[in-house]
Amino acid sequence: MRTSSLAGGGMLIGFNLFQACKPKAAPPVDLSLLNYNDFNAFIKIADNGTVTIFSPNPEIGQGVKTAMPMIIAEELDVAWKDVYVEQGILDTENYTRQVAGGSQSIRHGWDALRQTGATAKQMLVNAAAARWGVDASECTVSDGVITNAAGETLGFGDVVKEAALLEVPEDVALKEPKDYKIIGKDAGNVDITKIATGKPLFGLDYKVDGMVYAAVVRPPAFGHKLVSYDDTAAKAMPGVLDVIKIGEKVRGLLAEDPSFSSKISASDKVVVIAESTWQAMKAKEAIKVEWEEETTMESTEEHDKILTDLLDGTTFKTERSDGDIKKAFAEADEILERTYESPFLPHNCMEPMNFFANVTGEKVNLAGPIQTPAWKAGLVAKMLGREEKDIHLEMTRMGGGFGRRLYGDFVLEAAEISDAIKKPVKVVYSREDDMEDGIYRMAIKYRIKAGVKDGKITAYHLKEAAVNSNMYGLIPNFFPAGAIENYQVDTANYESNITTGAWRAPYTNFLAYAEQSFFDELAEMMELDKIQMRLDLLDKVKPEEDERIQYSPERMKEVIKVAVEKSGWGTKPKHIHQGFVNYYCHNTHVAEVADVEIENGEPVVKKITCVVDCGIVINPMGALNQIEGGVIDGVGHSMYGELQFENGRPTANNFDNYRMIRMKEAPEVETHFIQNELSPTGLGEPTLPPAGGAVANAFKAATGNRLYKQPFTKTPELLKVPAKEIIG
Amino acid sequence: MPSYTLTVNSVKKTVSVDADTPLLWVLRDELGLTGTKYGCGKGLCGACTVQYKGNAVRSCTLTVDSVLEGNITTIEGLSEGQNHPVQQAWMELDVPQCGYCQSGQIISAATLLSKNPNPTEEEINAGMAGNICRCGTYTRIREAVQLAASKLDE
Repeated sequence: MRTSSLAGGGMLIGFNLFQACKPKAAPPVDLSLLNYNDFNAFIKIADNGTVTIFSPNPEIGQGVKTAMPMIIAEELDVAWKDVYVEQGILDTENYTRQVAGGSQSIRHGWDALRQTGATAKQMLVNAAAARWGVDASECTVSDGVITNAAGETLGFGDVVKEAALLEVPEDVALKEPKDYKIIGKDAGNVDITKIATGKPLFGLDYKVDGMVYAAVVRPPAFGHKLVSYDDTAAKAMPGVLDVIKIGEKVRGLLAEDPSFSSKISASDKVVVIAESTWQAMKAKEAIKVEWEEETTMESTEEHDKILTDLLDGTTFKTERSDGDIKKAFAEADEILERTYESPFLPHNCMEPMNFFANVTGEKVNLAGPIQTPAWKAGLVAKMLGREEKDIHLEMTRMGGGFGRRLYGDFVLEAAEISDAIKKPVKVVYSREDDMEDGIYRMAIKYRIKAGVKDGKITAYHLKEAAVNSNMYGLIPNFFPAGAIENYQVDTANYESNITTGAWRAPYTNFLAYAEQSFFDELAEMMELDKIQMRLDLLDKVKPEEDERIQYSPERMKEVIKVAVEKSGWGTKPKHIHQGFVNYYCHNTHVAEVADVEIENGEPVVKKITCVVDCGIVINPMGALNQIEGGVIDGVGHSMYGELQFENGRPTANNFDNYRMIRMKEAPEVETHFIQNELSPTGLGEPTLPPAGGAVANAFKAATGNRLYKQPFTKTPELLKVPAKEIIG
Repeated sequence: MPSYTLTVNSVKKTVSVDADTPLLWVLRDELGLTGTKYGCGKGLCGACTVQYKGNAVRSCTLTVDSVLEGNITTIEGLSEGQNHPVQQAWMELDVPQCGYCQSGQIISAATLLSKNPNPTEEEINAGMAGNICRCGTYTRIREAVQLAASKLDE
């Protein structure tokens, strides 16, 4: 924490999210000349009492630009309506985790953000108390006004100059949740007016004087390499400034840091530089390119076979093993084994990938939508042989991310192009580029096997076969780990030349459906009540005896019970068919119930009831939006999402041949929060994974058919209600 | 390069671009009206929706020489002081998540209500079917269209 007074009046309070407090920094000369790199995220208070709070993390649509400053404002005790919020810029020195990913911004920021607000408030109070000559403990604060025991008042703006000169207090008291005035109250998205009136906010809207546009000719298939190109026609087109080849610098980086190789093509690419986006895009089509096959041209058909072979094979890595599954299966009375399949998925952010770069001898300016600004700034520095301090990165609002903007291959492209042409440039992907040159959710297959003895589940074996990489972190320790004595998770993967990466709720986005469909079927086989079976399993979990188990059986049981009650589980009229799922991921516990009705002989998802335990809800309005969006995104992708490959090339490249959920297919979402005072956890991802499972289980109830493949529309014959049931 | 005079948000603007330049890129790159978004370039996602002669059109597939006869309304010109009932409903219900598709959604909704001030849920679904939202704000959009319709009644 550090403060400084402003020459133009007011105070700056810088804070370090995860570092010890730092000594006072030199005051900047003028607000407009502020070097934000020196201050990072901070509270700015002007002499007139105006409070500006800088939001440190990238805004991707998850609402942190509203919610993180709300936490600071709560402890600062300023009225939310009087706060201005600005996006902080990248500062690797003073921040850690300026990242949008894993639904972790709120969870990780909770303590530091509160302390920042509370410390600033204490300094303002101390300044007021000193002026009055009273003890600070007799002062109270409300809505930016400090009041002493005699009833005298001073505004934050009145004492900000003195406050900035005071020692930074340590161990300030934080509020009790019962005293919250901002946290837990609805706050609109801080950018709502700009969005509703079309103000420039996004990377695609970013522009500087003299900026040119770049459209990139990319390898048409994974495994292709550039041989030669003819740019004669393109160069003669209006507005075209240059046609260049890039790739060398990225290859240099990959040689140094191969960890990035599954995320970016190492082939040369041809770049059209033009005066406008359209001129660049159009001239790109006029480039004649010859490609050669450098590595295998892969296909979905082959992937399908390879993943099945992996599941049938013996090349597994064991991620967790309890007891002895082999023995338990040998002794079992009954065994259920099922295989679940999922396809590749593109991210399809509505804002296609794009980035701005201006590489000069003095510094490197980067701007645009990126979930991992620090990582990319570091890679650009390495790629261009520059020092990290020369890289200045401005985060724009993102038109979606969903994991695609974690990787920033487009940042490297923009930097390499600007370095070559020595101009400010913006790279813009066409939708076709975006879908064909993705870093996709990989195809995965799960095989799950359970053994039952004397009416009890005694063994559980989950096998994962995936393209390029496998489940990570604590996922092998999610439910039902800890609930079944003999338990094992094994993974295997196949290395593909198709680039893959994280996609909203990585792995669990498909695993939740597989696992929860399996438990539904297992309950049917065992003739058990589906809810009671889940509750009984959770009774066996003892997280206090196993630190790898981070889900709470108690919190899980609570969301299950509330979901049963709120969804009317088991009490609905005959024409409503329900499917139940409970799931834990990204530190949040969720239960969802899908209501399905038959229309024109086919099951239709009408409603999802969603019960969420994410601890304290910072901004209910934003939280509900995340929950509804996650559910609808989950329903949409499990119903329709699929990207296939033939000869190394995706068979879909725009929304005419790739189906996204549309409004009429979006079910009603009814949300209930578990009320408690536990530290908040994230909401960007956790409601997506259960949605597909809830739909599949409800479809089973409606049609009698179990669905083992996503997307569900891939097997239309299973989405028909048997004729006798319609007649009957 | 030929020059064209368009009427954008009731103001005449002259631009020098190729005849086949889509209206979208004229608005964004030539006129600096970046509220209209690029999403697919083929009229499939609705992010680029503007009104032309009062109808909702996809500006990414209309060339500049085909929109010279009537007024083009973009999100920037939908209202003065952001007081269009649809914009107000969007703000009240806090519809957007990432926000990128929302200009197109708002223009589609405003056009739907201009032709059908009291749409049923099915009519809203049909009227908004051309606009994709990856964040999944559909249920809130539906609610906001209904709220805007009620504001029109007042």
